[in-house]
Amino acid sequence: MNPYIVLGLLLAVVLAVGAWQQKKKALLFEVSWGHQVRKTLTSKGFLLQLAGFITFVLLWELTVKTLSLPWFSRLPGPWECLMEWLSPDPDYGISIYTQDYYTHIIYSTYRATTAFVLATALGVPLGLLMGWSRKFYDYSFPLVELIRPIPPLAWVPLAILVLPGDEPAVIFVTFLVAFFVTALNTLLGVESIDESYFRAARCLGASKRRLLFDVVLPGAMPFIFTGLQISMGAAWFSLVAGEMIAAQYGLGFLIWDSYSLIQYPVIVIGMVTLGIIGWVSSAVVRSIGRKLMAWRERELYGNA
Amino acid sequence: MNTAQTDTTAPADGAKGPVCRASDGALSIRNAGKIYDPEGVHVEALKDCSLEIEAGEFVAIVGPSGCGKSTLLNALAGFDGITSGEILLDGEPLATPELDPRPGPDRVVVFQHGALFPWKTVLENVTYGPVVQGIMSQEQANKRAQEMLSRVGLNDIETSYPGQLSSGMQRRVEIIRALINNPRVLLLDEPFRAMDTVTKSASHQYLLELYSATGKTIFFITHDLEEAIFLADKVLVMTTRPGYIKKTLQVKLPRPRQYSMLASEEFLAMKAQLVEAVHEEAVKAFEAGEREMA
Repeated sequence: MNPYIVLGLLLAVVLAVGAWQQKKKALLFEVSWGHQVRKTLTSKGFLLQLAGFITFVLLWELTVKTLSLPWFSRLPGPWECLMEWLSPDPDYGISIYTQDYYTHIIYSTYRATTAFVLATALGVPLGLLMGWSRKFYDYSFPLVELIRPIPPLAWVPLAILVLPGDEPAVIFVTFLVAFFVTALNTLLGVESIDESYFRAARCLGASKRRLLFDVVLPGAMPFIFTGLQISMGAAWFSLVAGEMIAAQYGLGFLIWDSYSLIQYPVIVIGMVTLGIIGWVSSAVVRSIGRKLMAWRERELYGNA
Repeated sequence: MNTAQTDTTAPADGAKGPVCRASDGALSIRNAGKIYDPEGVHVEALKDCSLEIEAGEFVAIVGPSGCGKSTLLNALAGFDGITSGEILLDGEPLATPELDPRPGPDRVVVFQHGALFPWKTVLENVTYGPVVQGIMSQEQANKRAQEMLSRVGLNDIETSYPGQLSSGMQRRVEIIRALINNPRVLLLDEPFRAMDTVTKSASHQYLLELYSATGKTIFFITHDLEEAIFLADKVLVMTTRPGYIKKTLQVKLPRPRQYSMLASEEFLAMKAQLVEAVHEEAVKAFEAGEREMA
């Protein structure tokens, strides 16, 4: 397949997603899709976003290829990377047509997702408990604050020693930062809840245990989801670091391996892929959050 | 005092008995005292505070900021205890220095900034009390809540979230959320404070209507002297810290209260008395504040 067709298809997908996101607003104001798409394409925001991307790519081309500045001259140019990425027959064996590319993506996504799910499953309850019980807070918070600043990579040797095989070690390292981010944001969320809600619930006859489910959890939800978005990002960056040290597959491994093998365009392909996956995963978390917190959405936009 | 006891708060069919009988809701506060941090800063918020509130009476309490109004409300609601004296509800001890403070559905508070749960719809908010206490099933509570909401013209907002409502509507819903529990006493902590004049006067009207329909004992904290006279049977002026009741004003205006009364001579004379009493306390509070700063 021709790389240009693929490029065109990608652009079409981006536009379709944009138009789909506008659908809700379009229905709200009873204007047609076509109108909405035209409006989006010509809106100041969209043009500025486009301008930002173009500036970045131009600067890249300028420093690396046109001027070929001393420190930049060894880097691949944007065009070179794009062509490699979209090539059915890539020079270095990695493009959207190769099996290996997707193997790396799947490995990384699997590890990041596992770590993220574990971090959420353990971090949210820990944060809720710390916020809910003063005793538990005193018991656990200093410890958490002491362990939290240790960079994830510092855990790698111990993780490899204790855990069976590289795979759990990489997941553990990925899990750590996400876990602390989630726990602390949940704690912050509980602390942010107005005392009146607790008092109101108790006035209305709620037991202390009911408070946890009826006030603490829903009240902390906005902060929890902010935390989850950050934790998703944190999972990806610790994952890549972990993969560079102890893995045979994954995008982090791919980037580091390509560096050793002097396959520079592949590094860029790996980085761009990470950017896209990171963005998508944050968007997924955000949209789940919106679904769960309909009350906030309706508060902001009013009754449709 | 209003005795029109149309029983609008009796529970729906099949539900367990009410918290409150028509004759319930008499409060007796005897020499109540509250000292915060006795070994440290030692702030005496209440001292020998005594007052009697009859069942079904509407009592407003006024006083400068930082007097013991909120302390007294917290003691009545069971959010915080007292350090001396006693508070009786229908002859039974509600707060003494020995008792652990305990809030409950027989004394529901409506809060200054509103405390409807923003994550629950109006219907879920209103039904929360009876369902969480286990005295009604969700269906029974829904039915009851719908009845009560439609009686005050709020039946079309059941599925809305509080954030979508105006402040006036929010407060009405919150009062209904309290009344559905059939409490003995309704504790209102400056509920209309942040409202504009128009919303406020509409809210007064709704509160008076609900009061005459339910005949509940109402304990109403406010800064607004006109509001206090217009709504209450009895206005109490509290002193600056340590707080006790300095003056009791019986409001003899007939019910239902009309807005024209606000300009009557009787009303203005009562307001003048209150202004004087509160002003003295405000000056004292201000000077005390100056001393603390110095």
